[in-house]
Amino acid sequence: MRKLALNDEILLKIEKPARYIGNEVNSVMKDKSKIDIRFAMCFPDVYEIGMSHLGIQILYDMFNRREDVWCERVYSPWTDLDQIMREEQIPLFALESQDPIREFDFLGITIQYEMCYTNILQVIDLSGIPLNACDRGDSDPIVIGGGPCTYNPEPLAEFFDLFYIGDGETVYDQLLDAYKENKKNGGSRKDYLQKAAGIEGIYVPQFYETEYKEDGTIASFKPTDPHARLTIQKQMVSDLTDTYYPMAPVVPFIKVTQDRVVLEIQRGCIRGCRFCQAGMLYRPTREREVETLKRYAYTMLKNTGHEEISLSSLSSSDYSQLKELVTFLIKEFKDEGINISLPSLRIDAFSLDVMGKVQDIRKSSLTFAPEAGSQRMRDVINKGLTEEIILDGAGQAFEGGWNKVKLYFMLGLPTETKEDMEAIPRLADKIARRYYEIPKDRRNGKCQITTSTSFFIPKPFTPFQWAKMYDKEEYVARAAMVKHEFQEQLNRKSLKYHWHEADVTVLEGVFARGDRRLSRVIREAYRLGCLYDSWTENFDNERWMHAFENTGVDIGFYNLRKRERDERFPWDFIDIGVTKDFLYQEWERALKGEVTPNCRVRCSGCGVMKYKGGVCVESKN
Amino acid sequence: MKARIKFRKYGVMRFIGHLDVMRFFQKSMRRAGIPIAFTGGYSPHMIMSFAQPLGVGVTSDGEYLDIELKEEIDPPEAVRRLNEVMVEGIEVVNFCRIPDDKKYSGMTIVAAASYKAILLESARSADVPRAFPVSWRGKLDEFLRQESIVVLKKTKRSETQADIKPMIYQMKLEEDGIYLFLAAGSEQNLKPDLVIRAFLEFIGEDPDSVPFHYHRIDVYARNMSEPKNSHKFIPLDSVSC
Ligand code: SF4
Repeated sequence: MRKLALNDEILLKIEKPARYIGNEVNSVMKDKSKIDIRFAMCFPDVYEIGMSHLGIQILYDMFNRREDVWCERVYSPWTDLDQIMREEQIPLFALESQDPIREFDFLGITIQYEMCYTNILQVIDLSGIPLNACDRGDSDPIVIGGGPCTYNPEPLAEFFDLFYIGDGETVYDQLLDAYKENKKNGGSRKDYLQKAAGIEGIYVPQFYETEYKEDGTIASFKPTDPHARLTIQKQMVSDLTDTYYPMAPVVPFIKVTQDRVVLEIQRGCIRGCRFCQAGMLYRPTREREVETLKRYAYTMLKNTGHEEISLSSLSSSDYSQLKELVTFLIKEFKDEGINISLPSLRIDAFSLDVMGKVQDIRKSSLTFAPEAGSQRMRDVINKGLTEEIILDGAGQAFEGGWNKVKLYFMLGLPTETKEDMEAIPRLADKIARRYYEIPKDRRNGKCQITTSTSFFIPKPFTPFQWAKMYDKEEYVARAAMVKHEFQEQLNRKSLKYHWHEADVTVLEGVFARGDRRLSRVIREAYRLGCLYDSWTENFDNERWMHAFENTGVDIGFYNLRKRERDERFPWDFIDIGVTKDFLYQEWERALKGEVTPNCRVRCSGCGVMKYKGGVCVESKN
Repeated sequence: MKARIKFRKYGVMRFIGHLDVMRFFQKSMRRAGIPIAFTGGYSPHMIMSFAQPLGVGVTSDGEYLDIELKEEIDPPEAVRRLNEVMVEGIEVVNFCRIPDDKKYSGMTIVAAASYKAILLESARSADVPRAFPVSWRGKLDEFLRQESIVVLKKTKRSETQADIKPMIYQMKLEEDGIYLFLAAGSEQNLKPDLVIRAFLEFIGEDPDSVPFHYHRIDVYARNMSEPKNSHKFIPLDSVSC
């Protein structure tokens, strides 16, 4: 029997011991004496969040198909166990073997959001690995990062040996083979990092040096090692059908956020919303074949026993075979007691029809994400959703029996005016009015329109990467103005308004477009006790502000400054295919309120064509 | 058509709570392709009910759940299929058809449970037992000879004084553990740790510093052929299998 890393006394004292014992259905056990490479795959958040992530399940499956690799999982210990591990000096361990991470060859960390950065340090620290990559020796695991935040890895540069830029399905085999080879030849850590630097898509931060101008912007960013490349090319799987997909994902014992089979139907998005980073990073849009997905649905449901299946993509309605797939899922699985969940569907006759079949209309709500209240603002962000479409969709839904609507908007978008903000409550009110146009005897009580706003954060590799942000006070003032306008609306009793915290927005903004100098802020915040910053109950803004003060880093430099066309950005050494010129052109069009058609309507020559895949090579008529 | 499944819970699975074991079995039914019946309505769920929840940390050789079948399935085949999809720490030991009539159905017939309480060297490991001090045997007799055994029973809402003596059907000290036979079920229910704590307090020990591991041996129904107060019980899987 497996021996657990934590003793009974600890396991019976902490919250949810199931987070730490492994043993789940479909988790992979191997004989470690027959393995060449031990890989610990980490999502730096609590188990329930980490286990819900599709990317990790894909890589876990892909690595474990190799006989010479054993990939295991590790998540952030929750705060209760974190404290015990520090007091009793228990090293962080992997779930499957329960062995210390320190004994592994790799620690791979997926970096999905900025507010997990202190958790990354926690994982490295509790593992007993030096925080700074340059302090690590031959016996320390290679710490490698992947995921959306690595498209600007600079704030984390100090803590990682390698970053993998792009889809994980492509060059990992090369990376692992090179490691084996280096180990066999008795090569050092540095030898390996140099070899890795030669593999496409791999970035070795310690092999580069940044020089800054007097105004704090970057003067130059140069390799200091002959093996390091000048630019790092994003890796991309061009054929999503003919690649890895986990047929038997791990099934957790405890309820996790994504407790279901997930079918990734496509990667990328054709739309080109100007605020959306994923929309640019994952270009071009690539679809998975519908027949393959059908087979996956059967096999994965059978292998997991899950009672729910859900589709995953940035914009499911753009999947060309959506009707075929959804009809199939309903026909095959509805009567088996399998729930079918359909996120991110555009509201139209088809989606209302299928939603009526798979959910209880009285309980469920419709979701719209206009992102901006006025048409002018929606043109600026290139969101092709008009008021007419929204009111039409809502109207059809109300006639069909729905009475709850959720609306999502952003505040603080470039060029936003008072009128744009006031348009948010007014749009919500118009939707309510549309509801009350239905004769009383045909409607289902009152309607409930819930509006949420978040604050816009400019992200690297978007047309808005040049935009400036605001300070906390300004964000709070904007939300207050919207709130005030809500109270002026005719149907205010049917309208609810929530807004996101402004503190977190400011920090996310700094780290999204930050440079190497931020590593010391993250380290200081961690030293001061910041952890689980994405959890409202743990987030401590004061400590973060201390961390900035103590390190002398100015938030204003990152957030409040207007960036010039020729500024060199910290992430400019990464090539995602979309050119900086295209992004700048889109930024200029945005400021003029000009919309750009989506990839299926007309190619705008963003640069991604060079990958020769997906929508760029679809036959266009 | 109804069936009763008996399973063991051991090893690391003792850290999985009752609700999560229920979820585990729901998913297992699908993986094993057991033809289980569903309720109707918008979100149909499996017709499945568990006997006596088991506390986190406790192991067991006698856990039960009843399910409703929509088609016949051969019991040995069902056991085989289920065990193919189990994890280490859960083993299905029996699958038997039970009559459809009310008096056997659900878990309302649970009346008693037997346990073994093992004294440990340390709370850190349930695998390292410690021998009982010699004096305990005599003290246990004294403990049981009391007129009444009053303890503080804590629930989420209140604390009440209760005499647990009538609920202790048997309590014996053997070399490898204290064997307990206790009232269980919806009418009256006594947890083994409550009895052991009362005993430790009786002999002047601090219950919080004397670690025990608890193991459930089986769960029982009243033997219908015996008079009501006779304290004659039969294991749940002997009721009708
Ligand atoms: S090259 Fe054209 S079709 Fe391809 S992603 Fe860019 S804009 Fe879309």
